[in-house]
Amino acid sequence: MSESTAERMSDHLTREALLHRVHPPDWKNPVPQARYDLVVLGGGPAGVAAAELARRLGRSVALVERHQLGGNSLNVGSIPSKAIIRAAGRLVSMRDDEDYGAVAFARPATDFGVVMARMRRVRSRIAEYHSAERLQALGIDLFFGDARFDSSTVLAGDTRLHFNKALIATGARPRASEISGLESVGYLTNDSIFELTELPKRLGVIGGGPLGCELAQAFCRLGSQVSIVQNEPAFLPREERDAAELLSMSMARDGVEIRLNTTVVGARREGDTKWLDLVSDDARYSIPVDEILLSAGRTPNVEELSLESAGIAFEPLAGIEVDEYLRTTNVDVYAAGDVCQDHHFTHIATACAQLAVHNAFGAQLEPPSHMLGPWCTYCDPEIAHIGMHMHECHRQATPVTCYTVMMQDVDRAITDGDDDGFVKIFVQDGTDTILGATIVATRASELINEMSVIMAANIGMRQLATILHTYPTQSDAIRMAALAYMNDQPIPR
Amino acid sequence: MPALHELTDDALVGRLQRGAFDYFSRYTNAENGLTADTSRIGSPCSIAVVGFALSCYPVAVEHGWISRGDAALRALKTLRFFWRSSQSEAPDATGYRGFYYHFLQMQTGRRVWQCELSLIDTTLLMAGIITAGCYFDGPGGESEIRSLSDALYRRVDWQWAQNGLVTVSQGWKPECGFLHYGWEGYNEATLVYVLGIGSPTHPLAAASFKGWTSTYQWQNLLGHNVLYSGPLFTHLFSHAWIDYRGIQDEFMREKRSDYFQNTRSTVAIHREYGARNPREYEGYSRDFWGVTAGDGPGNGEMRKNSRDRRSFGYMSRGVPYGPDDGTIAPWAMLATLPFDAPAALRGTRDLLQAYPQVCTDDRFSSGFNPTLNISGGGWLSNGWYGLDQGLLVMMIENHRSDLLWSLTRQCPAIRAGLLGAGFTGGWL
Repeated sequence: MSESTAERMSDHLTREALLHRVHPPDWKNPVPQARYDLVVLGGGPAGVAAAELARRLGRSVALVERHQLGGNSLNVGSIPSKAIIRAAGRLVSMRDDEDYGAVAFARPATDFGVVMARMRRVRSRIAEYHSAERLQALGIDLFFGDARFDSSTVLAGDTRLHFNKALIATGARPRASEISGLESVGYLTNDSIFELTELPKRLGVIGGGPLGCELAQAFCRLGSQVSIVQNEPAFLPREERDAAELLSMSMARDGVEIRLNTTVVGARREGDTKWLDLVSDDARYSIPVDEILLSAGRTPNVEELSLESAGIAFEPLAGIEVDEYLRTTNVDVYAAGDVCQDHHFTHIATACAQLAVHNAFGAQLEPPSHMLGPWCTYCDPEIAHIGMHMHECHRQATPVTCYTVMMQDVDRAITDGDDDGFVKIFVQDGTDTILGATIVATRASELINEMSVIMAANIGMRQLATILHTYPTQSDAIRMAALAYMNDQPIPR
Repeated sequence: MPALHELTDDALVGRLQRGAFDYFSRYTNAENGLTADTSRIGSPCSIAVVGFALSCYPVAVEHGWISRGDAALRALKTLRFFWRSSQSEAPDATGYRGFYYHFLQMQTGRRVWQCELSLIDTTLLMAGIITAGCYFDGPGGESEIRSLSDALYRRVDWQWAQNGLVTVSQGWKPECGFLHYGWEGYNEATLVYVLGIGSPTHPLAAASFKGWTSTYQWQNLLGHNVLYSGPLFTHLFSHAWIDYRGIQDEFMREKRSDYFQNTRSTVAIHREYGARNPREYEGYSRDFWGVTAGDGPGNGEMRKNSRDRRSFGYMSRGVPYGPDDGTIAPWAMLATLPFDAPAALRGTRDLLQAYPQVCTDDRFSSGFNPTLNISGGGWLSNGWYGLDQGLLVMMIENHRSDLLWSLTRQCPAIRAGLLGAGFTGGWL
């Protein structure tokens, strides 16, 4: 057997293994119980976490999944994108090897097939932790099929499920585009880009959201010529300004063309080339691309759930209406995750789904507002944030000072050659109370978790300054910010 | 003539100020008062540079470089041009709604390059127009200067520039309407709001200033508390006209600081950044700094010593977040003279000693990058930029005599603008 044949065979087995975990081909839905304590609609991270928790609380649970367990995160979101980002990052590191004394024999090139095969292996391996088999072993009745409400019951395909409580966690999908001609020339979304078999020579990314930026930078590093086109005049408008601008510079260094304040008004095909027609203020021009990635927001999956029959209010774009305890307008039905919340992050969806289970079966209702939801945009450098932004503090008339440590002043960042970025901690004036933090660093996603613990434990800047950190580490930047706070305090007479 | 480095501090500063002023004599159209953006052949007029020119004529009069009559005539021709030039939605007009296009043809004053009707550049022009109106307090032609100054300022429709929003847009084009960009975070736009709020005819509401200041970031950065803005010029432009010593708006009252002190802190940060020199650029030190907006090498491909050494063309550079490509503006250190004279002088002297090529005909170039070793002397911007020269003349004068600050402290528009924006204390 030739090497390439062996590789193809191995990749085929990986795909089969994934399918076996997320939707076994020979799966037979169980005979339903007379009534379930909880019926969960949607087998993404939020739905699975809710189902597992409810079982561990001793509740009877049915979980209905339309397609594959793991949802967007596993199949077409967080996991495959991070696997590709990692591959792209390795490639960039290899290109810089000479700077660190490694003698390079040739400029590293991309084998896109290997990149994608590794991504599939990673996805398959992670799928095991929440596989159909494991859910079944936990005592969860797993149904594959379309779910919809029928008054006070849920239909899983043709099977009627009676419930005491239900949780909707059906997630969201890429928002359809109204750009003229885009449908006919064809485009990718995060649902389809991970099925690519060839690296596009030129990739046009419509929309400058986090996932669009992550994939734009990764594909650029793998060798595509990438243009991001976004309506907004500010790059990553939800991120802290210095963070977004620093990342924008980094992406420009990689070669990503970022076209802000620019609208795609049309798409057309000429021969093998797709053209995006653009307008920016008074300028009109077109750019040629081979593939188009549409990353312009998400639409909650609500339409096919027959929500009206259960008295559950929703808006097609905003999703299901929930109260502060994640209850829908039907008091027995809760919702969590992308189907009802603004922040489309796996960890927030999962935590909210678990909170909804506690609210459904616990003695006390608890709102998710107390949760500190850190988030991260996984470009290079990464941007991570927790708590309040400075402009939110201003809006609440809370005076605040930002204690900043530049990564270029952190010893370990210097030795690592990873000194692009900063740690910013927002502290309420006259106190040492931490209101929020933004971190830009190669591994900001890891560093922000320390801030998460600090803030959850109500540790102030004074105490933080005394907490030993190993030296030299990049996370020492957090302690250095607390030291800056201490140095800013008046010296006692 | 002695070499610059042989001069005493006073003599050095005086000669560099005179050299900077001469830009306006050399690159202004005597017929209409329009001053070129740069000394390069074919450069159009920048209305902001005209604002600086109008503000520098009084300085030249006081030093005896030109006569008062000559200065008044220059100012009068300029103001007459702006009063009489076309104001309409036509794409080649000179202005609209009292605002003016950023760049104009030197001879005709028509809009060039399909550029924007610019809020900040009109503001700098108006600051110069107002300064001329305050300085020329005599009869005859000087009386006409005052009435034109008043009429031009009254004509600016600041409220229209809000486009129905709380804060103002950065600009407008007849081809597409208002630009989608506003100002976020502290920068040179303070002057926009002060003049806008001070308008007797179309004033901005105080809420617009509050709306903008709500985007401020008060940071502890490199050991200093500062209202952050990266490029050095943003801490200087509005200070060329307004004496911020001892006066405070709500934000600064809360922080127990003022904008003058804030620029002092910014100078300290720029010097500290120079000393740390995190990107290992050639020349940087505590006495080699001045990262700001200016011309740059625009070298697209370069790596050296594990470092990305690509550089930008003309752009706004800043510290510590960047962008910083090793390019400084040679005039910038001296422009901070009113805020930290010892640092400004030491840095300028060191620069002139190590790299005398940055100053020709007693005028500083717009950008210098010693890291890029071109012909053994680093990269140097060609010619001069009018903004740099005007700012330098004014800042040196504010340090030497307070002339411009004294003038504007008495100016009704600026007083009204500051009071309306919530400034109190000190000379107000």
